[in-house]
Amino acid sequence: MARSDEALAMAAAQGDRAAFSELLERHYSRVFAFAFRLTGRWTEAEDLTQDICAALPSKLARYEGRARFTTWLYRVVLNAAHDRRRRAETHSRAADGWGDWELARQAEIAETGARLDWLTQAMRALPPDLRDTLALTLDDLTHAEAADVLDISEGTVSWRLSEARKHLRALKEKEDTA
Amino acid sequence: MSDDLDFDDLKKAMQSATPAPDAARRAENIALAEKNFDHLQGSPSGARPTSDARKPGLFRGVIAMLKSIPAKGALAASTAIVAVGLVLVLPALQDGPAPLPRTITTTASEDVEAPAADMMSEPVIEPSIAIAPMSKSAPRHFAPEIRPMPQNTEAFPEADPNPLKVTAETPVSTFSIDVDTASYGIIRNSIETGLLPPKEAVRIEEMVNYFPYTYAGPSNDAPFATHLASMVTPWNPDTRLLRIALQGRLPDIADRPPLNLVFLIDTSGSMEAPNKLPLLKQSFSLMLSELRPEDSVAIVTYAGSAGRVLDATPASERSTILAALDHLSAGGSTAGQAGLQQAYATAEAMQEKGEVSRVILATDGDFNVGLSDPDALKDYIASKRQTGTYLSVLGFGRGNLDDATMQALAQTGNGQAAYIDTLHEAQKVLVDQLTGTLFPIADDVKIQVEFNPTAIAEYRLIGYETRQLNREDFNNDKVDAGEIGAGHSVTALFELTPVGSPARKTDPLRYGTPPEAAASDEFGFLKLRYKTPGTEQSQLIETPILPGAPADSDLRFAAAIAGFGQLLTDTRYLNDWGWDDAIALATANRGDDSFGYRAEAIRLMRLGQSLAARP
Repeated sequence: MARSDEALAMAAAQGDRAAFSELLERHYSRVFAFAFRLTGRWTEAEDLTQDICAALPSKLARYEGRARFTTWLYRVVLNAAHDRRRRAETHSRAADGWGDWELARQAEIAETGARLDWLTQAMRALPPDLRDTLALTLDDLTHAEAADVLDISEGTVSWRLSEARKHLRALKEKEDTA
Repeated sequence: MSDDLDFDDLKKAMQSATPAPDAARRAENIALAEKNFDHLQGSPSGARPTSDARKPGLFRGVIAMLKSIPAKGALAASTAIVAVGLVLVLPALQDGPAPLPRTITTTASEDVEAPAADMMSEPVIEPSIAIAPMSKSAPRHFAPEIRPMPQNTEAFPEADPNPLKVTAETPVSTFSIDVDTASYGIIRNSIETGLLPPKEAVRIEEMVNYFPYTYAGPSNDAPFATHLASMVTPWNPDTRLLRIALQGRLPDIADRPPLNLVFLIDTSGSMEAPNKLPLLKQSFSLMLSELRPEDSVAIVTYAGSAGRVLDATPASERSTILAALDHLSAGGSTAGQAGLQQAYATAEAMQEKGEVSRVILATDGDFNVGLSDPDALKDYIASKRQTGTYLSVLGFGRGNLDDATMQALAQTGNGQAAYIDTLHEAQKVLVDQLTGTLFPIADDVKIQVEFNPTAIAEYRLIGYETRQLNREDFNNDKVDAGEIGAGHSVTALFELTPVGSPARKTDPLRYGTPPEAAASDEFGFLKLRYKTPGTEQSQLIETPILPGAPADSDLRFAAAIAGFGQLLTDTRYLNDWGWDDAIALATANRGDDSFGYRAEAIRLMRLGQSLAARP
């Protein structure tokens, strides 16, 4: 009875508003959860989700049904997250004013850090590609699916995961001994 | 491998760490997506006949943005659950997280160089969000086509440059005056951080109007004087540049009516940066020294719990006001609609006969007032405009500045939008030009020029793209337009191609009606409409535009700035005229420049030239 994600997405790409709404209702939580895993911060995740919502209609218009909808959606979220990170980086290096901005941001991180849990904190310390991979697999994707989203080989996914865990372990040991 | 990092445990921990999305934001975001979806399907947007000439575009909907920090309670609750869950496996948690180990991160990024390369070469699935190299070792050069902040949450109005008009076809140009200066502030901020501003951020009329000019005030009872002048266009010897300038009367400052100010201050989390809330506090404290004992001030915040943090207080109680300002801190969730309503209610309560009330909204552009529909917000402000309360919008900070919304709100609310990036700018807007900023002397000022087809073949209005009015709006007093403050000046520039000029770009029509034999050598006829504040009926000023009004150095400087603006946006009319010419022209016509604004503009042009030349 219920239409598949792919069917809904194709209909939405053709301008079917009801299909678009249903699709969004179905996947909003997933987008948000993934955004949270990528950013490790609630506010960032909310903002990222908003960016995605704003841009989703025009992106969906180009959805061609070649990939599974969820795979496609993960890519969209991932790309948007990359875009945000790059923007933050552009800002922080721009000039003196932004130096201040970065300092303030770091101060804020230090301040709110106490309220954040260890895992998200630790994930934020991971290099971006490891974090992306870990976030995807924590989101119940198989290695093969994660590889598809990231457009890398399954072997690379497994390798990155073991790297990510090595990092987390090192991080934890450092804290334990501290 | 130790057991405490078992993957399934990690997964469970992550699942419980993931907060539920904020319900209000969920609804907003979905509404935003649906709105954009509708826009994409080509459904018409509610066009506002005044000035808001933006095309329906993807990021229009971003007006509905909400960047609140979620309710602290909810955050604390979810963190607490995680904490309980993790204490078992991670005893270190009790000591709080250690500083992020940067060394590990950097060495690691070298380790993963090879697979990372895979990722970087990932085909771009979505053309509009290109994947940039994330590696720290990536070369950090700027591309020649500098688009400083692609896919930024900054939103600028979309408007194409005004096209060339053929006098025989459309002899009439109608637009609203504009005293905003926000665009110049944004351009300055961009250039000074080493990036050319995005084209949409450049509004040439706001650049030209940023500078004080030495126009004489009105000698009769009119609220403003008109100054016409023309000169050979710097970038085209075969056309002429026509200036239409209005200079507002500067009433005796000693006689000004008491002022009621409501500061509506955005204290959402994003305002924490040093160039936002702290600068805002300094700016307002500068302004306080300009107020009189009979003026009064109230403060309303629109993030989180606070609401009205200072009841109407006479400006003489400086320490009370300063203390209230000092107590402001960023954080909390947005309760913006309430904030705006409270600000207006406060202003109305303070209002007494003969006094001027104004709400001054200070924000970094994360301006979401909780109204689900941004057009409803504008309607709300427009309805409050009828009550005589004015609205000014001051922008702070960059990164998610919603310039488009700021401009739209200020225009709707009979106010001025300015962008404050430094204390100097705060001084200019809030101290030096306080009277002009706060005391309107004419509302809904519209300009209509009818060009004479026997003298002028083609014309082009430089700037004012977002201020265009329909020809019939000129005589319709219901149509809103810009207002002019005490001592304000407004400058508009037209580039005119005289009949018979080799610069003419269009051929005369073979079957068109030939213009009557030169009945007059007038360039055209200027009509102005304005309302005295508080009145419903507009008044008309008419004057012919005669050739031969001599140019002055103010016009030449304005021309250099207009050229600067075109160099930043669209150089199609400039021929070979370039940065060097603009700088030379501005330098030669710097005039007294007692505040150094013009010198600063020349410095920006020089920097802009270098940025534009950068490979």
